[in-house]
Amino acid sequence: MTTTAASRAARADTALHAPPGRAGKPFWRRNHGDLRIALFFIAPALLGFVTFYVVPAVRGTYLSFTEYSLLGEPEWVGGANYAAIAKDPLFWNALAVTGEYVLINMVLQTVLALGLALLMHRVAKSTLIRGALLLPYLMANVIAALLWFWLLDYQIGIVNHFIEALGLPRVAFFGSEAWAIPTQALINTWRHVGYTALLLFAGLQAIPRQIYEVADLDGASPFQTLRRITLPLLRPVIALVVIVTAIGSIQIFDTVAVTTQGGPVNASRVLQFYIYQKAFTESDFGYGSALAVILFVILAVVAFVQMKFLRGNESDLD
Amino acid sequence: MTATNHPARPRLQRIRKPMTVRRALSWALIILAVAASVLPFYWVIRTSLSTNGSLASNATNLLPADFNLGAFKRVFGLQSAEEAMAEGGSGAHIDFWLYLRNSVLFASITTVGALFFSAMAAYAFARLRWKGRNAVFSLFLATMMVPGIFTALPNFLLIKNLGLLNTLLGLVLPYLFMSPFAIFFLRQFFLNMSREVEEAAMLDGAKHLRIFFQIVLPNAAAPLATLALLTFIGQWNEYFWPLLVANQDDLRVLTVGLGVFKAQAPQGAPDWSGLMAATLVSALPILLLFIAFGKKIVNSIGFSGIK
Repeated sequence: MTTTAASRAARADTALHAPPGRAGKPFWRRNHGDLRIALFFIAPALLGFVTFYVVPAVRGTYLSFTEYSLLGEPEWVGGANYAAIAKDPLFWNALAVTGEYVLINMVLQTVLALGLALLMHRVAKSTLIRGALLLPYLMANVIAALLWFWLLDYQIGIVNHFIEALGLPRVAFFGSEAWAIPTQALINTWRHVGYTALLLFAGLQAIPRQIYEVADLDGASPFQTLRRITLPLLRPVIALVVIVTAIGSIQIFDTVAVTTQGGPVNASRVLQFYIYQKAFTESDFGYGSALAVILFVILAVVAFVQMKFLRGNESDLD
Repeated sequence: MTATNHPARPRLQRIRKPMTVRRALSWALIILAVAASVLPFYWVIRTSLSTNGSLASNATNLLPADFNLGAFKRVFGLQSAEEAMAEGGSGAHIDFWLYLRNSVLFASITTVGALFFSAMAAYAFARLRWKGRNAVFSLFLATMMVPGIFTALPNFLLIKNLGLLNTLLGLVLPYLFMSPFAIFFLRQFFLNMSREVEEAAMLDGAKHLRIFFQIVLPNAAAPLATLALLTFIGQWNEYFWPLLVANQDDLRVLTVGLGVFKAQAPQGAPDWSGLMAATLVSALPILLLFIAFGKKIVNSIGFSGIK
């Protein structure tokens, strides 16, 4: 089914693009049945693609309709897993908690990164500064998590010493239900904000300088320039950054797994950690697979929104 | 700051903004951001060189509290259980040399494999003409959208069925054959590469295989190096998949080892200096790569291909 659709699309494509103005170099044409050598070149990638993407996608979807404890054979149960998920308070909790995490990241990261990018664009373009801001992004999630686990420790963490020095009460960053998710989100923001700022900075660099010169000559204030020129022209990049942040942070797992383990109580039991627990701790592979399918669908919707978003903004700088 | 109103030299005017207060404030904020990015790493170093028992009483001292290399000895399994426990460790055996070796193996093998096979595929997508090429390419691209966990569960089953759980092969296999991003990136580069040399070689009767190895790969050395760097760092930081398939002591990578080390910490008073020493050991190779190739990494960030 997929094959025919694919080959039809391909044939239409070849028909459209076949004569590519290379009439003077006939050998490209003579060779245009490169299928055999092409198969040789893509064989390893194709093997990986089929074995570790296509087949698992099908198998994962199938497993979501079964009950399977990793022993024996999966047993077909129809939509029972999905029905159970709809009534599972822990699933709805995971969804809400993950949503909170994603939201904090999207807002905080974008605002901070935008500010940083504007500052860099204005005064500091050096590679050294950009490098320093990128450093946290190159570290593993696990490293970022443990580093902050220490800095934010309730008893002897340096941050709580500062908080106390300011005359405020200590904060149980990982130990209180109210703070568990914001803390995870802050760690992720710390790790990603430099990277996001560099993406926005690259977008700023692409805005033609003449536009600013004209605005300057017309006596526009910096705030007016920002609101009327920079932000509208940067909008496609901002949109992309927001969506990339959303897609990345929906899949949070590492920091939760090494610090709070879903707790206290269920405060940080995010979706992917819940899936992991269902499939591997409780050996309920069918249920875990159904949860994974749901996560996939959520991501697909986000990706779809992303495409809509970006296409709508494509013409801004042209 | 001169040149306030020079309509004849608008460029200079833009670069040399006259408002020094504003500029000073901007710089202050940037320095603050740089400090927030970098200083936590100093705190890791400082803590790893401290003695656990002295940390609480010197919580805000900028220098190591009671300087001591014991934490590193503990992390590399060079302390006896009694010594380790006396210094606030859990006493459980841990050997980060092993994890370091596993991380190096895992990240290098997957980087080399994925890049080589991705380059081959990118060549087929950029230089060869065959039915279904664009459709297959779109399918490959679509895999970038698939969340890791969706394929990770069935892939775990596959590796389990193959009897490869807790083997190096099982650990690297899913990453070995392709990276959708690398294929996309290299195809783009190949498409922009001049074909003249290849065409001349083709006229001389060279086969695609020779062209690929002797012309295309050498010419793509620079983007391949950048890509290798980024892939290696990504693989080095991978946690979820190694946690699933390689959670036995002799095959743990650093990220998984760190998690285990943290979980072993005696409740009440965690082994902070040991944990930070372990964190530093795990971060160090990336820090070194960053010092050596930082410029390359920084310049690779951007949406050049997308706008």
